[in-house]
Amino acid sequence: MSSENNQENENAGLPPVPSAPPAPRDASRRRFIGWLLGIVGAVVAVLLCIPLVRLVLYPLFAKTGEAGWSDLGPAEQYHSLAVPLRRVVKIQDIDGWRQTISQHVVYVTEGPQGNLRVLTAVCPHLGCEVAWNPQLNEFKCPCHGGTFKASGKYISGPPPRGMDTLPIMVRNGRLMVRYEYFRNLVPEKEVIG
Amino acid sequence: MPDLPPRVKPFRGPETKESLPEWLDQRTGWKPMLHTLLNERIPGGARWSYVFGSGLLFILLSQVVTGIFLAMYYVPSADHAHTTIAYLMKVVSDGAFLRSIHSYGASIMIILLVVHLTQTFLFGSYKGRRELLWLAGLVLFALVLGMAFTGYLLPWDERSYFATAVGTNVMSEVPVVGQWLKLAMRGGAGMGTLTISRFFVLHVFLLPAALLIFVGAHLLLFQKATPAGSPSAHPVAPRGKTGMFYPKQLVLDAAFALLLIVILALLAYFVPKALGPAANPADTQFIPRPEWYYRPIFQWLKYWEGPLAVVGILVIPGILTALLVGLPFYDRSPERRPWKRPVAVSVYSVVLLGLIALGIISYHVDNSNPAIRMQLRRQDIAEEQFMRQPFQPEMAGGTVAATAPQTTVASPLIAQGKQIFETKGCVACHGEGGAGTAMAIKLIGISQKLSSDQLEDLVRHPNATMTAGGMPAFPLSDDEMKALIAYLDSLK
Repeated sequence: MSSENNQENENAGLPPVPSAPPAPRDASRRRFIGWLLGIVGAVVAVLLCIPLVRLVLYPLFAKTGEAGWSDLGPAEQYHSLAVPLRRVVKIQDIDGWRQTISQHVVYVTEGPQGNLRVLTAVCPHLGCEVAWNPQLNEFKCPCHGGTFKASGKYISGPPPRGMDTLPIMVRNGRLMVRYEYFRNLVPEKEVIG
Repeated sequence: MPDLPPRVKPFRGPETKESLPEWLDQRTGWKPMLHTLLNERIPGGARWSYVFGSGLLFILLSQVVTGIFLAMYYVPSADHAHTTIAYLMKVVSDGAFLRSIHSYGASIMIILLVVHLTQTFLFGSYKGRRELLWLAGLVLFALVLGMAFTGYLLPWDERSYFATAVGTNVMSEVPVVGQWLKLAMRGGAGMGTLTISRFFVLHVFLLPAALLIFVGAHLLLFQKATPAGSPSAHPVAPRGKTGMFYPKQLVLDAAFALLLIVILALLAYFVPKALGPAANPADTQFIPRPEWYYRPIFQWLKYWEGPLAVVGILVIPGILTALLVGLPFYDRSPERRPWKRPVAVSVYSVVLLGLIALGIISYHVDNSNPAIRMQLRRQDIAEEQFMRQPFQPEMAGGTVAATAPQTTVASPLIAQGKQIFETKGCVACHGEGGAGTAMAIKLIGISQKLSSDQLEDLVRHPNATMTAGGMPAFPLSDDEMKALIAYLDSLK
């Protein structure tokens, strides 16, 4: 405190000309305080930036949740299927604070070896929703008449390939399916999202 | 020998020994500028009582930075504002912390403004060619109050919605232009999404631009006027000892800024601001109360109803404003010491203490009325409950079942039509319940645009646009067609 007063006394009576050079002893003291303020200021500034950076980068590290697996119910209800079963799966997409739910039709059916498979109802031709025709015992696309076997195998009509199978798994005794979209009008199945 | 021309140093490219600060100084002149700022002379030397101005500047900076980062997640519209703030507070890392810093920052800013104004008044620092400096300061005060008012609405929760509804209603009490002012402020008769847009533009573009201009003016005018310093110094030609701004005053200012950060951070961390349930204009129970800094005005207005309202709303505040604005023009005496200016100090103290008393009375009135107290408590509890609930994302459009009408199938004919719609594949492109998808138009309300005959014709023979979009012709039987049309008619 006394040094402060000395400085003020030294400066007392000086005309208010800002360019008056400070005394040499004073200059080193001023430089020291300058460094001190600069360092403390920089440390505080860095600390203050932490929450800002975390706020900005949040979406990059946000968990996307259940990676798109939809529940089709207990797996045992699909034992020895006589005909394909129509099911509607709900897909939740989280987009920041928005949620979109889209509904898609799938068929639970049996593959050639009697294993469970889930087919998307989207026709590989032009994307219409293929329906199971119980009279003909085959899938028939209502738009352009493509037909498929219960296993999804191509029979006739304009579609370039059979109905597309979706990835499935059984977890805790429940059949789970991951809904995917496929490119239409191409002979080979190709996932597009 | 003829005279040699004066020696000219050959050009050797840029001076290699020149340091970066020197290089910058030659181009910007920052060194003398900094020198002027740091060696500014304060009559009477550095003091703690001079830290409030720089403290205000610091909080303003904090508000700007936190505000920009909050805007990264905020959407100014009546149907998204609340969801985005809830998302920010409940989900985003440090979102609640930064929003609390911003919100508490507004309160601290108003406290500091009152202290800064009071100190300027008591120390007579408005005297001595400082009229414009004083006026710029008053404009800044008004702008900050405007920022507080407009920012308060933006979260669009119950509290902010109803408080702003009352606040804008008060404007309509202003004679002649009041009603128009209210409509212009709200963007219509009621509070709605246009109100949010207006408040957002004011809060984020117009008022900050004005703040920037007036802060700049305030600082330049301060630079020109030089610090007034101790109240015993002469306002124009101070004599006696002076101290330089640097280092002591700068250290005091920095210490105060640090104290402000610590207070804000502790408040924001341990008592984070809450967000209430989304604004529900139909809620008739809600008792609106403004934020604490508007409580004195809120209470004051209660006393002025009926024909005398104009006195309380316009005349008295008008006189006080005129007194404040004109202060450096009519108070020409060079005397700055408060104990030698009894009249000025008494009037100021009465007004300030009166405002504080009004604020206290307002809280007291609420607390002593059991019905109001209970309802205010319920509102607080609703806020706490809302904050405990997990974040609910907003349902968005697209192929969304949630937006499709839950048609209760009334007649068997419509039920049959619904089945045809779903089994013939219409649903694949037109969506569940005819809600529409990216591939085909929505069919809800189609019967208002097309007659049954037109619809039937289009299903049997799609036009060129429809065919190009993938719509096949459906050869339905007459019964099936009747059922399908009945179903389409039911989609409203």
